Amino acid sequence: MSSSQPSKSRQIPIQQVAGNGLLDRRALLSRGVLLAGATAAGSAGALTSAAAEPLAEAPWSLHPGNPVPPYQRASHFEDNVVRTVDNQNNAPGGQRARTPHQLLKGIITPNGLHFTIMHAGIPDIDPAQHKLVIHGMVRQPLVFTLESLSRYSMVSRIGFTECGGNSAPLFSNEPIQANLQALHGLSSCAEWTGVPLATLLDEAGVDPKAKWIIAEGADSAHLTRSVPLKKIMDDAMVAMYQNGERIQPGQGYPMRLWLPGYEGNMNIKFLRRVQVTDRPGMTYYESKIYTDPLPDGKDTQFYFVNEVKSFITSPSPGLDLKEPGVYEISGIAYSGSGRIAKVMVSADGGKSWAEAALQEPRLPKAFTRFSMPWRWDGGPAILQSRAWDEGGAVQPTREQFVAARGQTTKPPPVGGFPGHHFNAITSWGVDAKGVLKHVYA
Amino acid sequence: MSTRKVVVAGVAAFAFGAGVALAETPHLGKPVSPSDLTAWDINVLPDGSNLPPGSGKPAEGQKIYAEKCAACHGDSGQGGLAARVIGGPPKATLDGGKGIANYYPYATTVFDFIRRSMPWTAPRTLSDQEVYALTAYLLAANKLIGENDEMNATTLPKVKMPNRDNFVVWFPDRI
Repeated sequence: MSSSQPSKSRQIPIQQVAGNGLLDRRALLSRGVLLAGATAAGSAGALTSAAAEPLAEAPWSLHPGNPVPPYQRASHFEDNVVRTVDNQNNAPGGQRARTPHQLLKGIITPNGLHFTIMHAGIPDIDPAQHKLVIHGMVRQPLVFTLESLSRYSMVSRIGFTECGGNSAPLFSNEPIQANLQALHGLSSCAEWTGVPLATLLDEAGVDPKAKWIIAEGADSAHLTRSVPLKKIMDDAMVAMYQNGERIQPGQGYPMRLWLPGYEGNMNIKFLRRVQVTDRPGMTYYESKIYTDPLPDGKDTQFYFVNEVKSFITSPSPGLDLKEPGVYEISGIAYSGSGRIAKVMVSADGGKSWAEAALQEPRLPKAFTRFSMPWRWDGGPAILQSRAWDEGGAVQPTREQFVAARGQTTKPPPVGGFPGHHFNAITSWGVDAKGVLKHVYA
Repeated sequence: MSTRKVVVAGVAAFAFGAGVALAETPHLGKPVSPSDLTAWDINVLPDGSNLPPGSGKPAEGQKIYAEKCAACHGDSGQGGLAARVIGGPPKATLDGGKGIANYYPYATTVFDFIRRSMPWTAPRTLSDQEVYALTAYLLAANKLIGENDEMNATTLPKVKMPNRDNFVVWFPDRI
């Protein structure tokens, strides 16, 4: 090895593994990428940048900085990293705040950026006065307070929560031009801590004939949803902490029902009542809203599960490519049925695929971060990701999804909800200028 | 996942049933009687169970609608700030059109939702009598009952909803 080329000792030759510049994911593990074959000779393959400016002391390096605040927030340079909030006057019709996935990394959504939908504003609940009642088909109806629940053994679990209406714009018959936040921002992932609802139901003594619970919130919507007892006894939680601190007001402070993998609306916020029943309540949200007309004229009911899904967060519309070269394709995959087993990525609209690297940890019913090195040669490309879960379920192509679930006949408003539980492949088109658009491929 | 820790409670477990083995959990829920639950016990099931006493007719409901609902739902229920509640296309599609007449499987849902959530600015302020009247008005305006039909705990669950048997449970094994 020549001493004039020391860096080569840390580089491994990387083969293109699929069409249009997808590179072997092992490139992510090495400390450099040496392109194999002819590509290394072209300018597009050059990995070195122009020479850097001479270094100098910056102003902030020349005097002491600001005092340390009691509660640290993000740098003011990150003021653009916020949720988009619709209906800002909080008129009837509810409000939706969407997570800016295109500006985040990792798998945990910061608390202030976790998506929320409120149907009647955020109530200002005094935790000392909040009550949770369990009644119905139980031996003894019981009332719990936040203080009494704090005595119980708590469990913590990282998992996603996704609105059944997340990705609804992709039901449009034509691709809606909007960024990732607008298209897939009603999904987030956090560590939730609380008491298993099964523990409290066991204490109340559930009637063996019971099959459902109806959960109700303490906000003015008094929102109710029916949940099969099977799910409740499996992994439902009365969550009181979100990423280590008390759950946010918009997440149901002081306590919410959290149902790993099930549509967000069922995860009743401000949980105040659990009625045990032998049948569902057929509440407004399960009768009308979270149900969908099917192509054969039937309508879905009790869909519940957010099925296996993935999308590329970077690059994505609004994060255009400035120059040809090597980029990391990064994204999120998750399944309401378990762990993510595999994510494949394509840069040529699905003609060829290569397996992405999955970042640890890979937890069941939680975001899993995937990545893929990609050398953009400056030509057109279509970026896609496709996920498999550990149960073998595979994310459908849009064509497969539309055949089963249908699409609109005309584009809906960007923030509309023509359908629910869209989980097909999302495609980002890249043009020769490096501009990204939402496309169907 | 993580092992569920057993809390050794310092207090004796309450025994709610003779011979029932209880897990070692704190048992800090306070017993509450059904009569003390009344104010919150408002879930109406599709068979009509837990519907309160009272009754109402469409004409009474129409007056309440004009006063308390029309501002958001439109003078003739066509929708506005809030959803359409009267009429609509014969069949809902992904382009829209889910309505009371063509979509809801149970009439009890209309009563339950109005009573718990409406009017949006002041929910739980309508009397049960008013909720019955509003429900009767909406069902009559959607041609699901007659103009003079009274809605009460017996008649409401019997209203035939045209779309009831059209639903497909997507994951029946999860119920």
